[in-house]
Amino acid sequence: MSKIRVLHYINQFFGGIGGEEKADVPPSIREGKVGPGMALQGAFRDEAEIVSTIICGDSYFNENLDKAKEEILQMVREVSPDLFIAGPAFNAGRYGVACATIATAVKEELGIPAITAMYEENPGVDIFRKHLQIVPTANSAAGMRQAVADMVPLALKLARGEEILGPEEEGYFPRGVRVNFFAEDRGSARAVDMLLKKIKGEDFETEFPMPVFDRVDPAAPLKDLSSATIALVTSGGIVPKGNPDHIEASNASKYGSYSLEGFMDLTSETHETAHGGYDPVYANQDPDRVLPVDVLREMEAAGEIGKLHEMFYTTVGNGTAVASAKQFATEIGQKLLSAGVDAVILTST
Amino acid sequence: MVKEIERTGLPVVHICTVVPISLTVGANRIVPAVAIPYPLGNPTLEHAEEKKLRARLVKRALNALTQPVDSQTVFEK
Repeated sequence: MSKIRVLHYINQFFGGIGGEEKADVPPSIREGKVGPGMALQGAFRDEAEIVSTIICGDSYFNENLDKAKEEILQMVREVSPDLFIAGPAFNAGRYGVACATIATAVKEELGIPAITAMYEENPGVDIFRKHLQIVPTANSAAGMRQAVADMVPLALKLARGEEILGPEEEGYFPRGVRVNFFAEDRGSARAVDMLLKKIKGEDFETEFPMPVFDRVDPAAPLKDLSSATIALVTSGGIVPKGNPDHIEASNASKYGSYSLEGFMDLTSETHETAHGGYDPVYANQDPDRVLPVDVLREMEAAGEIGKLHEMFYTTVGNGTAVASAKQFATEIGQKLLSAGVDAVILTST
Repeated sequence: MVKEIERTGLPVVHICTVVPISLTVGANRIVPAVAIPYPLGNPTLEHAEEKKLRARLVKRALNALTQPVDSQTVFEK
């Protein structure tokens, strides 16, 4: 049997083009393997070969979703591989969304087997888990070796068109797909078994796990903007110059609250960003590009809004654990509520 | 974060560039932004023009806060 021809998708960082300052590079294609492709190739042994690698900037992809997708699909059509692998993306949010978007498009629009891998909290998982197999990884590239070892067997099965078993057997995020099978015992016997285990306090596994929907109903709208107090919150890491509370550039363990009193305009002299997940040049030049204090002050003066709340709340949304973000926001919400704020503008980068 | 703040009952508008992420995390009022490193700006514009662009987005966000919504809504205009 001839070798399986693999096309690999990676971002500008793993492709060796550069860091955040190069996150806006459009897609390009190179022959052979690049970066993490070396590890994949090692695990493929002689069964498959990475024939080409597509490299695309994470910001370019996410800011131009449709265009980037079309450009990359065209490259994939030209190579016409037997298998498409994207990532692994670990906990890099934009990279994960890019990997899952393009792998889904390759699978659904071109009919080519596709797979990707990332950390469970990566937003790419929840957006695309129903569409394709996404293999769980650690939250940083330190888990590369394991990620490759977990991805390769499933990837090869997909490429060979072999039967793919359930998520637990094969090691991918559950897709919510139900497959009929014949159980040994009939339903009533299985139900009684489960009940007995439950009564004894033993572990049992439901056959029908309920999906968890954690949605918050939309709050009632503002009645009168001209008397409303509006607060600014950001995950874009804007802090007073010098980052006095040392909010971490990634995986933030805290948020900051800072006064806006007397600030009509944020400048490179007064504020900066602590965020390590995007190119900070533009936010550092003019922090209003992330936290729009200047225009809100003008609207306040013109009476279009009642007032801009005197404090702003900020953290770095870069690989930050969902549990941390949740805790920060619960506290921030309470503080805003007790300060008499009426509505919130939250900006994200 | 949007969701946890809105849980207190305060309306929250999320200005962000990657709308699919905002939709999965459960924001109810969403205003699409310009770009990841400058959601409310554009360094290629003159300062005054850039500020107008920012004012338009902020007004759109404020308008979103005055609109009743019963499900996730993206305010494109």
